[in-house]
Amino acid sequence: MLAYLIRRLLYAVPILIGVNVITFALFFVVNTPDDMARMQLGVKHVTPEAIEKWKAERGYDKPLFWNAAASGAGKLTETIFFEKSLKMFALDFGRADDGRDIAREIRQRMGPSLAVAVPVFVLGLFAAISFALLLVYFRATYLDFAGVVLCVAMMSVSSLFYIIGGQWLVAKVWHLVPISGYGEGLSAAKFIVLPVVISVLAGLGASARWYRTIFLEEITRDYVRTARAKGLSERLVLFRHVLRNALIPILTGAVVLIPSLFMGSLLIEAFFGIPGLGSYTIEAINAQDFAVVRAMVFIGSALYILGLLLTDISYTIADPRIRLQ
Amino acid sequence: MKFVLLWSDFLFFLLVAGGVIFGLWARRVEHQRAAWRKVGQSRVGMAAATVLVLFLAVALLDSVHYRERLPGEGEHYAVEVRSVLDALLTPLRTRPEKTYSAPLATHSFAKENIAGEGRDFPRLKFGGAHLGEALSRHGADIALRCAQGLGLGAVAGLALWLAGLPLRRRAPHLAWDAVFVTLGVFCLIAGPLAMLAQGYHVLGTDKVGQDVLYLTLKSIRTGLLIGTLTTLIMLPAAIFLGILAGYAGGWIDDVIQYLYTTLNSIPGVLLIAAAVLMMQVMIDTHPQWFSTSAERADARLLALCAILGLTSWTGLCRLLRGETLKLRELEYVQAARALGVSSGRILTRHILPNVMHLVIIAIVMDFSGLVLAEAVLSYVGIGVDPNTISFGTMINTARMELAREPMVWWSLTAAFVFMFVLVLAANLFADVVRDAFDPRLAR
Repeated sequence: MLAYLIRRLLYAVPILIGVNVITFALFFVVNTPDDMARMQLGVKHVTPEAIEKWKAERGYDKPLFWNAAASGAGKLTETIFFEKSLKMFALDFGRADDGRDIAREIRQRMGPSLAVAVPVFVLGLFAAISFALLLVYFRATYLDFAGVVLCVAMMSVSSLFYIIGGQWLVAKVWHLVPISGYGEGLSAAKFIVLPVVISVLAGLGASARWYRTIFLEEITRDYVRTARAKGLSERLVLFRHVLRNALIPILTGAVVLIPSLFMGSLLIEAFFGIPGLGSYTIEAINAQDFAVVRAMVFIGSALYILGLLLTDISYTIADPRIRLQ
Repeated sequence: MKFVLLWSDFLFFLLVAGGVIFGLWARRVEHQRAAWRKVGQSRVGMAAATVLVLFLAVALLDSVHYRERLPGEGEHYAVEVRSVLDALLTPLRTRPEKTYSAPLATHSFAKENIAGEGRDFPRLKFGGAHLGEALSRHGADIALRCAQGLGLGAVAGLALWLAGLPLRRRAPHLAWDAVFVTLGVFCLIAGPLAMLAQGYHVLGTDKVGQDVLYLTLKSIRTGLLIGTLTTLIMLPAAIFLGILAGYAGGWIDDVIQYLYTTLNSIPGVLLIAAAVLMMQVMIDTHPQWFSTSAERADARLLALCAILGLTSWTGLCRLLRGETLKLRELEYVQAARALGVSSGRILTRHILPNVMHLVIIAIVMDFSGLVLAEAVLSYVGIGVDPNTISFGTMINTARMELAREPMVWWSLTAAFVFMFVLVLAANLFADVVRDAFDPRLAR
């Protein structure tokens, strides 16, 4: 088990290097730092001196890969690739283009992101699985059919509609919660309720339908017939046998998302003014702050790879037959 | 008049032509024909397909672009690029109001200072202008136009039904009822809309006074383009690499797997954001590449498709690799290899046709997700050019209006309803296609 985990972690290294090279190519080769400087400075202020100054302030004035002017190991380290890309492996993200420390921002904004993302994840999973089990319990009846139609209709509605509509109805017409914002400690609860409910609702259609197909596939198996033949009630069959055996496909889809919860949700956080990592990313995109976007891409990939690893571990817990070696 | 072929038009027509060629091929191959017949027999499938074809027709009309010839001596053409749809909708396009007006309104939405009368709601320039001073006839006029439209729609529906009779006789086993019921409903909705649109702004006007119905119809092309071109762009790479990885194995397999694992591990939105940001810088620093603003917006749309394709080919590639791994060990492939058939021929003759169902399922399943993604991305600011009319840009410009009192609800509602119909039809069609093609579900 331990050897397997170490091997998997080592596998992650080349993938992260690949991610690094891709983002580096995107940000520094497709467009030169000069282009970025021109973009940031705006049309009016573009002079060669201003561009040089902008680049020097942010450390973009070095060569890309090989610094012939430096001495010793500096030939490799005093380059953009080393300073901006490789240092991320040491979780050193440097400064945003507006001069603020990225790592500090991330630490500060992680809390609000998690405060929304964790309840969404847990409640969403619970709601989708219960709804799917309900449909499976009433399978091949009109209730099941209506439920599936509802699922398809729900997944055909744009997530923007859920957010805009929910905000309008609950916050503006009914005045139940504030429209947007965030508070410290427990006072945050009233800001979080609406985004959580809306996210759960927006994801329910697609995931409930997905779980329903998984359960239906499981229910045709022989062990289910055996369980019924020995006289178990339908409820026991569903909860004790089908649910447990359907855990593997459920875990495959769910566990991989857990680490990514740190990143928050772009849309929800932007709409509800929650100062998390999602809205940080959106602000960076709108301000064209490349350093922040680069850092977020790296963190996102690292968390995804961690998620894959967790998925493998969760298999061994859910199904004792699976051994990792 | 001078025809203009934008790159996206070209690719869109290419795609339609590809679809037709594929259809002709599928007619000749027995298992393809059997699967499509299943789709044709499904009532839901045929109704959804009819809706999709109607959307496609609007998009195609909107893809034939031209520049009008300016009056006067010599060869001079207008800078503005128009489409056939623009020409058909001239009354909607050329009658802008000053600002917001509610659906079917005769007066503006906001009060204004009118000379000599103080503050009041001014009359619209075009909405209900034919009524003149007889405003009391407003309701009766709308009812009359609705009735006329319904009558016209009923006649048109009946005509379509009669025209479809030979089709039914030729292929009696297909679910034609669903098709004609859908067409009838469409006629009954389109008739009143068309009659009302001649005198009013049926869905109101937006902030700068543009007709919302016109905007929604124009959005259809953008949505369809993103839904289809993205798949078209990613398909060759996904098919080629997936089959190659599965068939060749060894280091080729390792390299391809590494490639898609790496791309897949970058969160989709972030990769798209990064790529779109870079593309924006590139387009902004090279203004000399585009001669008209339509071309620039078009290039941006295509680049968005390419970027979305870049992030979405990995799933299909992995599926195809797995399927090819399975097929490679089957007897008929081994027999072909034993008989000395070349690898290239095995791949194209024996493997490719047998993974085609996965490709078809992927195409139809991805479509609705891409249409929805366009709206979200445009909202975040990493979607289409802000000047391109799309569902996303419509929602983006309209969302602040909910805060107004009283509320401006019509442009948001129009965008969401059209998007819902399109995506719902696509989802239903995708389900039917998947059921027909998935061998696991075949009985």
